[in-house]
Amino acid sequence: MALKLDGVSKVVRGSTHIHSTDLTLEKGTMNVLLGPTNAGKTSLMRLMAGLDRPTEGRILWNDEDVTGVRVQDRQIAMVYQQFINYPSMSVYDNIASPMRLSGRPKAEIDREVRKAAELMKLTPMLDRKPLELSGGQQQRCALARALVKNAGLVLLDEPLANLDYKLREELRVEIPKIFEESGSIFVYATTEPEEALLLGGNTATLWEGRVTQFGPTPTVYRQPVDATTARVFSDPPMNFMRVEKRGSGLDFGDGNTKNAIGSFSELSDGVYIAGFRPNHLELEQPQTSAFAFRATVSVTEITGSETFVHLDHGKDRWIGLVHGVRHLDAKQEVSVYLAPKHVYLFDEAGALIAPASYAQAA
Amino acid sequence: MSDAATSTTGAAHRASANQTGARTKSRARPSVLQRLTPSGSGVVMTIYLLFLLLPIYWLLNMSFQTNSEILSSFSLVPQYPTLRNFEKILTDPSWYMGYVNSIAYVVMNTVISVTVALPAAYAFSRYQFMGDKHLFFWLLTNRMAPPAVFALPFFQLYSSVELFDTHIAVALAHCLFNVPLAVWILEGFMRGVPREIDETAYIDGYSFPRFFVKIFMPLIASGIGVAAFFCFMFSWVELLLSRTLTSVDAKPIAATMTRTMGAAGVDWGVLAAAGILTIIPGALVIYFVRNYIASGFALGRV
Repeated sequence: MALKLDGVSKVVRGSTHIHSTDLTLEKGTMNVLLGPTNAGKTSLMRLMAGLDRPTEGRILWNDEDVTGVRVQDRQIAMVYQQFINYPSMSVYDNIASPMRLSGRPKAEIDREVRKAAELMKLTPMLDRKPLELSGGQQQRCALARALVKNAGLVLLDEPLANLDYKLREELRVEIPKIFEESGSIFVYATTEPEEALLLGGNTATLWEGRVTQFGPTPTVYRQPVDATTARVFSDPPMNFMRVEKRGSGLDFGDGNTKNAIGSFSELSDGVYIAGFRPNHLELEQPQTSAFAFRATVSVTEITGSETFVHLDHGKDRWIGLVHGVRHLDAKQEVSVYLAPKHVYLFDEAGALIAPASYAQAA
Repeated sequence: MSDAATSTTGAAHRASANQTGARTKSRARPSVLQRLTPSGSGVVMTIYLLFLLLPIYWLLNMSFQTNSEILSSFSLVPQYPTLRNFEKILTDPSWYMGYVNSIAYVVMNTVISVTVALPAAYAFSRYQFMGDKHLFFWLLTNRMAPPAVFALPFFQLYSSVELFDTHIAVALAHCLFNVPLAVWILEGFMRGVPREIDETAYIDGYSFPRFFVKIFMPLIASGIGVAAFFCFMFSWVELLLSRTLTSVDAKPIAATMTRTMGAAGVDWGVLAAAGILTIIPGALVIYFVRNYIASGFALGRV
């Protein structure tokens, strides 16, 4: 069982929503679509579901062309970001509805509904109407309906985005476990890199209607193929700066020349883009060799045990994530440190030249 | 939608309660005397209702009087109350058939209008097609022409296809005004239902007709009720077309009432009783949909 997108693209009134995409999703895998809003996650899902017809390309299900097949005749289930249930039916009828339509025996329907309700902790609410439930329960009802259908392809479009923090954490752990047994193909869209890492499986990063990379989630995270993927798969986004190498000297665009150390020493002369994650920026001089920069503080945000420091370095805006509570005044100039082993190197066009050395080790 | 309306009224109630509370701060509970003392707004309300109900009261008053009393004296209450007027209407076929005819074509019109408007409104709310916005507006412009404009062509048309003086003729003529209205009202309600519900239903395996009847219609039930109400009311009160297109077999009650001039003059009492009976169906329908009327007037766009 596999879902294959073969050169699928979608153009709506002259604007391209999805550029030509090839993607193969295997049976029993969790596939995360990761990208910012408007990156095309939902558009891609709607194409997979058959709710929209691709402008070009084919969609294959078990090597069978299903491009023009009606939604009703495909074995799929979908859960939306909004809590979508049938308001006029009870929770029981909501969960039972896909099975009733496929004409399964009554006893079996009852058993399955009760099992799903038990898993989703909805048993006491079966007689109520969905709108009488809390947001989390409504979404669990939608998930239960998707679960009982036992579909080959389960599409979850940011299912947890409208839930509060606590519930989100809870369901994020439960969802993969619950659906694991079914052996279906899962597609899970999210805007949060953290969520992708927690869910594991495979990740496809999307940017402006293009799948920039598809592979096992940790690989995509550690070895992004280009700067765009690295930016998408980092929260806060990865910091970038332009660096020019001349001989053994490095020019980071701030007028000072630094000695090339670490992986930089092996580079040939030329212009590069250096990227690093916010948590690798340090305010104290580390033990190991590191680049030192002078940067101006613009904002600090304290989140309890950690502090986000927004810095201006020349024309670049960096975000640093440092431990502990730091009170830094705006406009203050501070020294920040960056170990070369944490730096990703991209060429000017954005293609990866060398990942950070910790990524290679992993 | 109705929830929003109730909550605003609820808030208004609370606000006024707070004001009253502030005014009578010195005493916890107003005495009986205080409660009976008319407040400013009470007086205005009473006068307003008095003016509003005066004609209806006068009609009611007349319907229980004899012709001689109506013509000879000025009495606020009937001196010799009689039910003869009502008796006449309910026993004379030339009178009560007027009601039967009216209700027949009004119900037919309501059913046709809502049935036709449902799919139309769904198309307008869910799909984009060439000229959809213009078409939608054009529907409403149908209501801008006075019915008299259409009286002559309809009369000619229906006569030539031998539909003249039938219930369906009037019902169809009224569709000209009621279908656009119903489409407008229903479209507003349908737009409030997220498209994802449609898609979820298709994914679950519902065919379109089954989804529409089982899932979608219950969701916009109040909208359907409001649309039906408006169709009913417009068709019930419309006189010109219904009178032009009928003569004997399908003559509506309003037309019967305007043709009561007999050799003996006008039968005032019977006419008043007929008027009272004509108000009743409308009042009943209003009573049943009173909670949804506000959202209906807003065409569902609350």
